[in-house]
This record gives sequence, C-alpha cells and structure tokens, in this order.
Amino acid sequence: MSDIPKLAWVMAGIFGLLLIASLVAWALSCRAGPQGPSLILRNLNQRIRAWWVMVGVMCACMALGSGATLVLYSLLSAFALREFVTLTPTRRGDYWPLVACFYVALPLQYILIGMQWYGMFAIMLPVYGFLLLPVLAALAGDTEHFLERCAKIQWGLMLTVYCLSHVPALLMLQGPTLGEHGFVLLLYLLLVVQLSDVLQYVCGKLWGKHLLAPRVSPSKTVEGLVGGGLGATLVGAALYAMTPFSFGRALAISALIVACGFFGGLALSAVKRSLGAKDWGTMIEGHGGALDRLDSVVFAAPIFFHVVRWLYG
Amino acid sequence: MIDALLVALTRGLVGAQPSWTEELQKIDRPCIYFANHTSHLDTLAIWSAFPHSRRRSVRPVAAADYWKTGGLRSYIADHVLRAIYVDRKRDDLEKDPLAPIGDALSLGDSIIMFPEGTRGRSRLPGPFKSGLYRLARRHPDVVLVPVYLDTLHRSLPKGCVLPLPIQCTVNFGKPTSLSSDESKEAFLTRAHAAVVSLAGTEGWA
Repeated sequence: MSDIPKLAWVMAGIFGLLLIASLVAWALSCRAGPQGPSLILRNLNQRIRAWWVMVGVMCACMALGSGATLVLYSLLSAFALREFVTLTPTRRGDYWPLVACFYVALPLQYILIGMQWYGMFAIMLPVYGFLLLPVLAALAGDTEHFLERCAKIQWGLMLTVYCLSHVPALLMLQGPTLGEHGFVLLLYLLLVVQLSDVLQYVCGKLWGKHLLAPRVSPSKTVEGLVGGGLGATLVGAALYAMTPFSFGRALAISALIVACGFFGGLALSAVKRSLGAKDWGTMIEGHGGALDRLDSVVFAAPIFFHVVRWLYG
Repeated sequence: MIDALLVALTRGLVGAQPSWTEELQKIDRPCIYFANHTSHLDTLAIWSAFPHSRRRSVRPVAAADYWKTGGLRSYIADHVLRAIYVDRKRDDLEKDPLAPIGDALSLGDSIIMFPEGTRGRSRLPGPFKSGLYRLARRHPDVVLVPVYLDTLHRSLPKGCVLPLPIQCTVNFGKPTSLSSDESKEAFLTRAHAAVVSLAGTEGWA
C-alpha cells in the first residue's frame, strides 16, 4: 500500500483548501454591514459547509475500503435516480420499469463491480436493461407517450446508475503499470472535476461577463470556464506524481476530465430546464440536489475510466 | 420511539417534504386537514410531514377494513397514529359514522381525512363525499386546511405493494372555514378546487 502517503498528502491539501475557503468566507461575512451578509455570501457559506460534509464522508469511505465506497456510490445513485424520476412525469404503466430500475438494476450494477465482473458491468444496462425496460412498459399496456416515457426512464438510469457507477469501478482497474491504484484514480478524478466546478464558479463570480449559454444556464460564463478550466487542468497536471501518469499525460487527461465535466454540467442543465426545474433537489444545502453536484462527475467518470483502461489496462 | 422510527422510514422512502407555513403554525384551534387520496402511504406521509409539536395532536381518520386487520398495521394505527376508525361497510345503519371524528374534534384534537372516501387512480382527486361538509357544519369553529400529496399515486399505485422511492411533497394550502350560508354543493366544490389548486400542472401536456 505505497499509495497511503500520497493519498494522505492530497487529502491534507484538500482540507487545507477548505480551511482557507472557510477563513476567507468568514472574513467576508465579518466585513458585511449591519444588514448581514449578502445572498451570494450566504450561499457561499452554505456551499463550503456542505463541502466539509461531502469531503468528510468521502474520506471516511476511502478509509473503510472498497466495500464502503461501493455502498456510498450505490446510495448516491439511488438519490440521484430518485431526483431524476421525481422530476420526470411517469404514469401508472411505468411502475414495473421503475421497480426494475430502483430495486434490480441499481443494486446489481454495484454488485457486479464488487464481483469485478467487468464484461457484465459494461453491458448490463446499455444492452439488457435497454431492451428489457420497454418490454416491461409495454406489458402494462399504456401507449400514451410510450416512447418519451421509456426514453426518459432509460436516460435517468444510464446517467444516475450506469455513468455514476464508473467512479467506484475505477477500483476494479488493474494492470502492470496501474498496480493497486484504484483509490488514487478515484480521488484524482473527483478532485479535478470538482475543483474545475468550484474554480469555474469562483472565476465566474469574480470576473464573469459573457454568458456562455444564457438559455441553458444563467451561471456559466466564458471567463469562468477559461479561468476555472485552466486552473483545474494545471492542478491536475501538477499532481501527476500521485498518479501512474507522466506529466504530459496527466495534463491531457485532466484537460479531458475538465472538458467532460463542463459538458456534463451543460447538458444536464438543459435536461433540468426541459423538465421545468431550477435544481434537481434540495438534499445538499446551498448546492441543490445530489445531481446538481454530480452532473459533471457523471459525464467525466466513464470517459476517464475507459481512457485509463485503454492506456494502462 | 416508534413514532420517530416511523417518521424516519417514511421520510427516507418517499421524502414527505412539507410546505408548512407560519400561518398554519399559529392556528390554535382544532383543524381538519383534508387531502387527495391515491395510496396506502398517504396517511403516513401527511402524518410525517407535520412539525413534531403538532403531530401529537393530529389523528388520522382510517378505514377500519384496511387498518383494523390485526398485526403490525393495527398496532401502528392504534398506538402510534391514534387512528379514528370509520366503518366503510356500515353494518349498523342507525349508528352515526362521523360521531367518533366529532368526539376527537370536541376534545381538541385535529384530524386528517380523505374526503373522496377511497383511493383514486389519478393525480387529481375525484368528487368529495359529504362527510367533510357535515363535520364542518357540526363544528363551525374548526379550521379547514386543504392538503395535496403530489407523487404518491406514482410511488404506490392502487393494487401495487412495493413502494417506489419517489420524492413526495406534502403541500399544505391556505386555511379556510365553512361560511354559515354556504350550501353543501358549493362548499364541496370549493374544497375540491382548493386541493386541485395545490396540484400545479403535470409535465405531459
């Protein structure tokens, strides 16, 4: 377990960052006038508090090992799927497909990771799940909006279960040059993707002027994307020593993670708006729902997983 | 202890997020909370949505043929929910079915009831039966609060046994009361519309 000192250094870095963020937000709050901190500042404080909790939970799971990490991600999938289905209008005929999603597909996908059965993990939902769900819906006999209903449920399942499950699936990856790097890869992915989100938010709030896609997301700006994306890519490259990657590859891979994360946030923002909602839920204080925090991870995880597997597997 | 566990289970499974307001918190008279009825989870969901201080004085009206069947369900209905049973089959036509509800209101308890009398299959409630009107007429001081449960017809449709973990919001509406000259039909139409107005619009056009 030569990874432990590396992981400990990175975790120490993350806690240091959170500490600085908390101190800055506290100083800003102290400077606020008699009417109290502004709405943005209050939201910032909520977000930082939520980050402490999220980082704490992730640390605890990593310390407890791969079993706990699998349980954590299966719960995150369940919360995310619930948020997606809650916002998606389903009909009586969707009862059995939804039972299959929540109570069969979701646990099975994570059990397959636990069993290290890569082949089945990779095709179960996109092949078997894809074909089975419309059959279950058709058996219910309701043809009203049939295609839309099937498509929405499948989309939710692929996004919140299949894509998200690629994060703990990193623990499955082994190879001559990869060794037992599972937790390092997992932490690296989350760090780059979330740092990119945070830096985009910060840069956008500080310098943001030009809206990138005003109809999709009112908070994404060109300045935020460039500043945050560059920052996260450079941090990802600088952390190459913790990973099995060379500096050049770390730079390219973190740029890829940042790009996927950005596209994920953008695409899911559009999905959210087409479902008529501003946030996916209210689970995480200041952030919205679980999917609001995971939207970029959901897109970046499968790509990162397959790139690493292709390069090193 | 058991009630905390039951609330946690219900909240964990179907959310039961309340839209509780200051106005409702200030009411110091017995209330009738009346809601749309689509699933066996409805009673538990509304009951779980109340603030802790209120929950102890709120009693659901429960159909004897479902809740009074022995075992765990009856235990919960009797000891945790303190349900008021109504006999939907009405063996004894002489007996007033609303009497036990009236007694609870007179003692200062609030009640939860489903004026449709049975579970519907759609997101909007069916026509209301006259029970709500008769109770309001007999107890003019009672505050009437419409409630809408938004997703339970999807979580546990009629005829299904395994609940889906879809997030439900318990929408409490504006308190109202029966005016002295209001007819039964006018009142029931108004009460029904009050619940429907909390439903919002559905995604499918």
